[in-house]
Amino acid sequence: MATALETVRDYAGGGEYKYGFTTDVGEDRAAVGLDESTVRFISNKKDEPTWLTEWRLDALRRWQGMVEPDWQKPQYPTIDYQAISYFSAPKSPDDRPKSLDEIDPEIRKTYEKLGIPIKEQELLAGIAVDYVFDSVSVATTFKKKLNELGIIFCSVSEAVKDHPDLIKKYLGSVVPQGDNFFAALNAAVFSDGSFVYVPPGVRCPMELSTYFRINAAGTGQFERTLIVADKGAYVSYLEGCTAPMRDENQLHAAVVELIALDDAEIKYSTVQNWYPGDRNGKGGIYNFVTKRGACRGKNSKISWTQVETGSAITWKYPSCILQGDNSQGEFYSVAVTNNHQQADTGTKMVHIGKNTRSRIVAKTISAGRSDSTYRGLVKMLKSAEGARNYTQCDSMLIGDRCGAHTVPYIEVRNRSSQCEHEATTSKISDDQLFYCRSRGVPEEDAVALIVNGFCREVMEELPMEFAVEARKLLGVSLEGSVG
Amino acid sequence: MLKIENLKAGVEGKEILKGLNLQVKPGQVHAIMGPNGSGKSTLAYVLAGRDGYEVSGGSVTFDGHDVTEMSPEERAAAGIFLAMQYPVEIPGVANSYFLRQALNAIKKARGEPEVSAAAFMKLLREKAAVVGVREDLLKRDVNFGFSGGEKKRNEILQLAVLEPKLAILDETDSGLDIDALRTVAEGVNRLRSPERSFIVITHYQRLLDYIVPDVVHIQAHGQIQRSGGKELAGELEEKGYDAMIGAVAA
Ligand SMILES: Nc1ncnc2c1ncn2[C@@H]1O[C@H](COP(=O)(O)OP(=O)(O)OP(=O)(O)O)[C@@H](O)[C@H]1O
Ligand SMILES: [Mg+2]
Repeated sequence: MATALETVRDYAGGGEYKYGFTTDVGEDRAAVGLDESTVRFISNKKDEPTWLTEWRLDALRRWQGMVEPDWQKPQYPTIDYQAISYFSAPKSPDDRPKSLDEIDPEIRKTYEKLGIPIKEQELLAGIAVDYVFDSVSVATTFKKKLNELGIIFCSVSEAVKDHPDLIKKYLGSVVPQGDNFFAALNAAVFSDGSFVYVPPGVRCPMELSTYFRINAAGTGQFERTLIVADKGAYVSYLEGCTAPMRDENQLHAAVVELIALDDAEIKYSTVQNWYPGDRNGKGGIYNFVTKRGACRGKNSKISWTQVETGSAITWKYPSCILQGDNSQGEFYSVAVTNNHQQADTGTKMVHIGKNTRSRIVAKTISAGRSDSTYRGLVKMLKSAEGARNYTQCDSMLIGDRCGAHTVPYIEVRNRSSQCEHEATTSKISDDQLFYCRSRGVPEEDAVALIVNGFCREVMEELPMEFAVEARKLLGVSLEGSVG
Repeated sequence: MLKIENLKAGVEGKEILKGLNLQVKPGQVHAIMGPNGSGKSTLAYVLAGRDGYEVSGGSVTFDGHDVTEMSPEERAAAGIFLAMQYPVEIPGVANSYFLRQALNAIKKARGEPEVSAAAFMKLLREKAAVVGVREDLLKRDVNFGFSGGEKKRNEILQLAVLEPKLAILDETDSGLDIDALRTVAEGVNRLRSPERSFIVITHYQRLLDYIVPDVVHIQAHGQIQRSGGKELAGELEEKGYDAMIGAVAA
């Protein structure tokens, strides 16, 4: 992944102060708890316009009237929302680890296995080092190129100031403030995130990524991403990172909104490897994310690809609203759970326009004492004449103490639509393991090999430089799952 | 090279090998014949180190080392190869990729440098031509949707690439058509060398017409009952197991 990331890293590194990601907030910290004053504090700190403050407050009021959902499969202790601090400044260098020696050896081992260069390891571990980036000029070139094409790629905070019309028009237009409990919470207190706008007819020539930006800014907890592809535009966006990032916030409630206008295409790829907790299920991130894309224009396309290996609990359903005629939605997912992890993930495809198509390929791998659920909705409205869906859900079990469940919901309201659904459940077989091992492939590599084969269709959807690390990641995540 | 003494082994508490003796010298080809259920595949699995196959007595030494405590991958690195009676399918994993992983894993275990993708493809194409594996099978998933005969040839391709010291062929001839049998046998013959030994498990003398063994054994009831030259196979074909080992069976 070296070259592409190098570019992005340099860009993000250069952008760190340029784009105000680490604004100097010093000892500023919103008091623990959440009420109107917290929201005003955040909005004020970020120097936001009144309309956005009101927008947040509206979200807060809706959130206050909501009850936390409990229909999901994963169980977790009650979260005390008044015990969380909703705005914390990035750590000062004094509080950060000074060298890799201070980092949990387990995490370091993982970095090594993934082949992450030392410098990136230090970045990921949040070590207080002043980085001199290899070449500021790369960052400049990158930024310049995007500028020339009229592509906007910046933080949401920056976009609020520089592109208020776009933000006003699109923020919350796919995931409204009151959409659900966690989305409302996010709308009220979101810290920052990325904004992308690709103008009509422009094909973004490089993969855009939040990788280092988010880490540096520590905005991971209530992140908000907004991506707009105007008519005939194309963009591929990468979220996340294969290396486990250090994060002390347990609850992550992000929101991602995608908008594709006529003939536009957005490809959104995620590799999620947040801290899953220890072997005994202690600790770990709760990853409760709302991701939704709107294919507003005709012939538009939104494609979600996700590789989810981290977090104690993953609970999310990247969805597509297929409004434009002939629009297409895709969802490719690999969800790996090991030890005590739980995942409840899947997608929603809502067909509204004529001849809309959706394709769902979900691969679930459970090991240890983990539990994984695929939950998916395919809804075809009366207007969605000639709509088609293909769904394939495959589960693989490793060992006999884990669980895998498939919960498909299908609602078809017209006669000309078609839904196809296939589901399989298999166990990683002793035959396969022995076969690989007898050819010299060590047991853990054999598991990785077989699991990667099982997930191939999804892995192939990942951008090349992501795919190589993601392959390794599957193996690392399943370590200790056999034998 | 391989020395098996009074080997007792079984699966799920059931003893299948009941004091088996066998000695294979470098460069030799040994054929093992025997009725269904006599424990031939069990012997092969025990030699390859499959989990669940417990050794309860006797010894197996390979190149002077006790192998009974070694993992399958360690045995592979030591130079033991098993062409299986029922080759396994691995969906989603390209045949060529799998074989490169295997070769490099073995090289790594031996402290040798790994082979680059390009060098490997060249090697693989050469070997595939020798053992009669079509190029398109290299790109397909490991054994997935292969015909019975294609699977068997693929085993021999792996053998040719991994170049073990001891190759055990468990009924590689079953399921091969006449032409394939000849190609596979020719492939095996080309791999014969003073350092490389073979144990060929088969039900048919025909294979042994092509791969001429130094020694033929008849296995029954978990033991080697008789051993002899290649004429033993012919005799067996003529008389059948009952006549040859009937006394023991009774
Ligand atoms: N997992 C198992 N559990 C119980 N019995 C087993 C198991 N595996 C093999 N056996 C038994 O062990 C005996 C020997 O089997 P094995 O497969 O070694 O025979 P074989 O000589 O290879 O036969 P064939 O010529 O049919 O291939 C058979 O009776 C078989 O049913
Ligand atoms: Mg057999």
